[in-house]
Amino acid sequence: MSATPMVNDHHTHHFDGSKNVFGFWIYIMTDCILFATLFAVYAVLHSHTYGGPHGKELFSLPFVLTETMILLTSSFSYGLAMLARNTGNKNIVIGWLWLTFFLGLSFISMEIYEFHAMYVEGNTWATSAFLSSFFTLVSTHGLHVSMGLIWMLTLIYQINKHGITAVTKTKLTCLGLFWHFLDIVWIFVFSVVYLMGAI
Amino acid sequence: MLETFIGKLSNPHEVFPYLYEPVSQQLIILSMFIFIIIGGVALVGGLTYFKKWGYLWREWIITVDHKRIAVMYFVVAFIMLFRGFVDAAMMRTQQALASGDSTGYLIPQHFDQIFTAHGVIMIFFVAMPLMFALFNIAVPLQIGARDVAFPFLNSLSFWLFVVGVVLANMSLLIGDFAHAGWLAYPPFSELAYSPSVGTDYYIWAVQISGLGSLLSGINFFVTIVKMRCPGMTLMKMPIFTWTVFFSCILIMASFPVLTVDLALLALDRYMDMHFFTTSYGGDQMMYVNLIWMWGHPEVYILVLPAFGIYSEIVATFSKKPLFGYTTMVWASGVITILSFLVWLHHFFTMGSGADVNAFFGIMTMIISIPTGVKLFNWIFTMYRGRITFTSPMYWMMGFFATFTIGGMTGVMLSVPGIDFQAHNSTFLVAHFHNVIIGGVVFGYFAGFTYWFPKMFGFRLNERLGKCAFWCWIIGFFVAFMPLYILGGMGMTRRLYHYDAATGFQPFLIVAAIGAAIIAVGVVFQVLQLIVSIKNRHKEGYRDVTGDPWNGRTLEWATSSPPAFYNFAHDPEVNCIDAFWYDKQKGLDVDNKPKIRTEPYHDIHMPKDTAMGFIISVFVLILGFAMVWHIWWLAIVGVICTIGSVIARACNYDIDYYVKASTVEAIETKHQQEIAGAKL
Amino acid sequence: MMKAITNLVSKLPLKGLLRNMGVVLLVILSLALSGCVSEGILAPKGQVAIAEHRLIFFAVGLMLIVVIPTIFMALFFGWRYREKTQNNAKYEPEWRHNTLLEVVWWTIPCIIILILGTVTWKTTHSLDPFKPLDSQEAPVTIEVISLDWKWLFIYPDYKIATINYLCIPTGRPINFKITAAAPMNSFIIPQLGGQIYAMTGMTTQLHLYTDTPGSYRGFGANYTGIGFAGMQFVTEATSPDKFNSCVKKIQETPDTLTSDVFWKQLVPQSTDDPVRYFGSVESGLFDKIVMSYMMPGMGDNAVPDEHAIMNQSNH
Repeated sequence: MSATPMVNDHHTHHFDGSKNVFGFWIYIMTDCILFATLFAVYAVLHSHTYGGPHGKELFSLPFVLTETMILLTSSFSYGLAMLARNTGNKNIVIGWLWLTFFLGLSFISMEIYEFHAMYVEGNTWATSAFLSSFFTLVSTHGLHVSMGLIWMLTLIYQINKHGITAVTKTKLTCLGLFWHFLDIVWIFVFSVVYLMGAI
Repeated sequence: MLETFIGKLSNPHEVFPYLYEPVSQQLIILSMFIFIIIGGVALVGGLTYFKKWGYLWREWIITVDHKRIAVMYFVVAFIMLFRGFVDAAMMRTQQALASGDSTGYLIPQHFDQIFTAHGVIMIFFVAMPLMFALFNIAVPLQIGARDVAFPFLNSLSFWLFVVGVVLANMSLLIGDFAHAGWLAYPPFSELAYSPSVGTDYYIWAVQISGLGSLLSGINFFVTIVKMRCPGMTLMKMPIFTWTVFFSCILIMASFPVLTVDLALLALDRYMDMHFFTTSYGGDQMMYVNLIWMWGHPEVYILVLPAFGIYSEIVATFSKKPLFGYTTMVWASGVITILSFLVWLHHFFTMGSGADVNAFFGIMTMIISIPTGVKLFNWIFTMYRGRITFTSPMYWMMGFFATFTIGGMTGVMLSVPGIDFQAHNSTFLVAHFHNVIIGGVVFGYFAGFTYWFPKMFGFRLNERLGKCAFWCWIIGFFVAFMPLYILGGMGMTRRLYHYDAATGFQPFLIVAAIGAAIIAVGVVFQVLQLIVSIKNRHKEGYRDVTGDPWNGRTLEWATSSPPAFYNFAHDPEVNCIDAFWYDKQKGLDVDNKPKIRTEPYHDIHMPKDTAMGFIISVFVLILGFAMVWHIWWLAIVGVICTIGSVIARACNYDIDYYVKASTVEAIETKHQQEIAGAKL
Repeated sequence: MMKAITNLVSKLPLKGLLRNMGVVLLVILSLALSGCVSEGILAPKGQVAIAEHRLIFFAVGLMLIVVIPTIFMALFFGWRYREKTQNNAKYEPEWRHNTLLEVVWWTIPCIIILILGTVTWKTTHSLDPFKPLDSQEAPVTIEVISLDWKWLFIYPDYKIATINYLCIPTGRPINFKITAAAPMNSFIIPQLGGQIYAMTGMTTQLHLYTDTPGSYRGFGANYTGIGFAGMQFVTEATSPDKFNSCVKKIQETPDTLTSDVFWKQLVPQSTDDPVRYFGSVESGLFDKIVMSYMMPGMGDNAVPDEHAIMNQSNH
């Protein structure tokens, strides 16, 4: 009755990842509402430039398109990590995760570069309601990506330590949901903010 | 230089605003300080003297048990109810006095903070935690689950809520509280008009506790969807669980909007952004729209579970199944959807145009249809029943008498033509107190009394409970009916002083008397708790069966208080009120005979953890640092918060198994107690 | 009389409940009827307010059709089916559904809401604050600006302005154009009709009309800070002749309201301001004030610096 290995047996057997994945789905839905609200705010305020610059004068489409491509590629490489997960080879998984991580990091760096360029030209978040909402919407996405990057690092550490187990598999699924979700949000940011703003 | 290290704490005007106020105000604040110090010393001294710190830590602070968390929610909510009530009493006294030449005993700066604090505390730190307390105590038991879906998250939610409470109340000691009303409309709440730290306290307190609420909403939604016991299909769920389900949907859909709205206000205040400022293209109407997109569903977040409680209580005490269960479920669903389509009725007077106003007015009225249907279903649950008038049932009858009137005035306010007159008047104040006290508070009190034996294993004193009820209901009518009339006389809300010629004073004196009667009710409730705790082992209080009310749902199938694993055997149900019918057939929760032959099994349980508490301490540091503009400390707070979350994520030793022998020992003891009580 | 009622009440079945409530209601009713109804919407004096007053009582009456039976049924069933040793009322522990009954009580509220909804649709349009009132007489335009913590009224047709005092003629529609140079407030004169928000950078409208001379209380209804309680003004409704002499009186005042006076003297915070007249007003001031919040460099004083407002405050 008191055999410890048996308890461990139970443990893996009992881990119900579906609850976590479902819960995480629900969390993403709430995050979706959060972004929807920010998009609505942007939609209301995008014309409130108060004499300041419009999006047209600020956005460089090729630059943002590059950003977009990098983020989309990172989603693809995350998908490859998920495929590798199913084969159970932890080193390949970790490899793809590192690639995803560096792609995400490049995306964030480009975003910071873009913000910095606008800032030094005097177009800050204090210039107009339009720029307040622009910086808030885009950087909220950026903040999410940054959180995803930190999460990815801890997950790389966990997989390295524990291998591909039921628990780490579930965590990979959740981070995957998060990462792809941020991709979708970015597609909206790209279309609504940059494309429509630049036209 | 000093400012870099301690931010706004270097400015005595900000930290101790009352030093620069008249002596009369200082005396009020001094007496509050003395009260807080005596209370604090008594608490700390008591814990130290009785050597209870370790107990507090092990059994409560680090617990992830939903039943314990429920108790903690109740304790904090009742302390906050007391504070919110003192605020109310101060407002009523001020308004009763401040007519004509007299300006009362408060200066406007204080009056403004008091009514703001009253609203914020009553909604965020009383109603919400009472609701989560009831979720916690009832839902997992009602659906036959071992705990909630994410027990650690549940503990984190609770402690984040406590951080909100601490921040809001810290403003009593250092700095001031917001004075912009409970929803902090800009541009008044912007830096230009509210430069003090009060509004920042408000933003961070509400934001952090709101995050806790959102996490709880997700947690209970997943619990209900994923963790129902075998056989409990959706349409066999207890009705309270159904209303919690809808309430959680509302929480998940509306709290992110609140988060964004307050975050934008914070960005305006901290980063010089221009979302809601008067100039630079800011749009103050957008804040009002967004806050009510959360605020209106919030009303239903609170009231739907109260409806659920009434449904449970009326069925139990009428000894009849709930009339029209299916209708009740659908009515709740309709209310859930409609509650997102009515937010504009909070500001018809913004000038949105007749078509828009009429649309939102009519949508609002339509909500009264499913709500009315619910009332009829409860009434016909009583029809041809056998009603035992326990104190929960008293609260229910009080609900009938008050809520119908509140509903009627609500529909009145939904007619834009009437709202142009009644908006911002005390008529409105009377209306929402009518629905919130009559609907929500009475419901939560009823639920508290109803599930109290489940939490502690003994009943509350019925006689004192009924005395409290009578004081509350009479006090309620005396306090709020005059406000309806005053609204008709053109008294606007939030007035710290008025002209004697208006003729408001006699009504306000009556209203103050009403508040005093409610205060007597509160005293009865405190007495009720004291007397009941003192007599908890006596006949008439003690409940060993776990089923003191002859209940119908699964929470009554286990012992009171339930063992930490809730059920020794996984329950199985095949109909609504399965427990009621099983009792009649003499069966146990899993449809097997009561006399057990098969062995107990190991039970998988989550381990207690201090991480919820620790993360919240860091979040508190973050909140405090942000309020006082101590940037380095805020950065430390963020890093520590993220670090502790990572530490939790990397911890794989989070659960364990309760041995079958332990389960057997606990269950046998319980059986012996029941047998002992029968002798 | 009182005794008869209390007697009657004490005979009713739910003694405790009803007696207590009865006493409470009696106290309140007697208070309400003791002549305190010369104020607010309970004593309407304007065309709009009278319509709103009528609407209130129509809505209450319509809803009482359901509300009274509901409360009565709840209390009566509670009493009739209570647990006691000798209760011969029927007990049906399994009765939980009846389609007909449920159809009935879905239908009744639906009908009531249908009626009330129709009335709402109509009155929302007829009582829309933005809708000008039909009249043979020429309307008087008054521009209202909500300030911390006082009301500024500009009469563009007469080139005069007042603070915390409003003089209007009877028999002519009054067209209010409302804005703010302070946090959002709400403009209302309950006995004439109300109310609409006053917001910076925006112009809202309110249209009122009265035939009855008198002085009516007006105030800000949306809380704006420590001086809010003092944002009261008297509305003097007088015959057109008296109105003209009132205008003349104000025109004789030497003070002139210019942009400079507005931003430097009126916008800074002050509480419980006395009535003040301006004999002449810079033309187009109202529009300039509205525009100054919307565009940089508009209006003489350009963008009002919010922080400066605070620093100049003299409370």
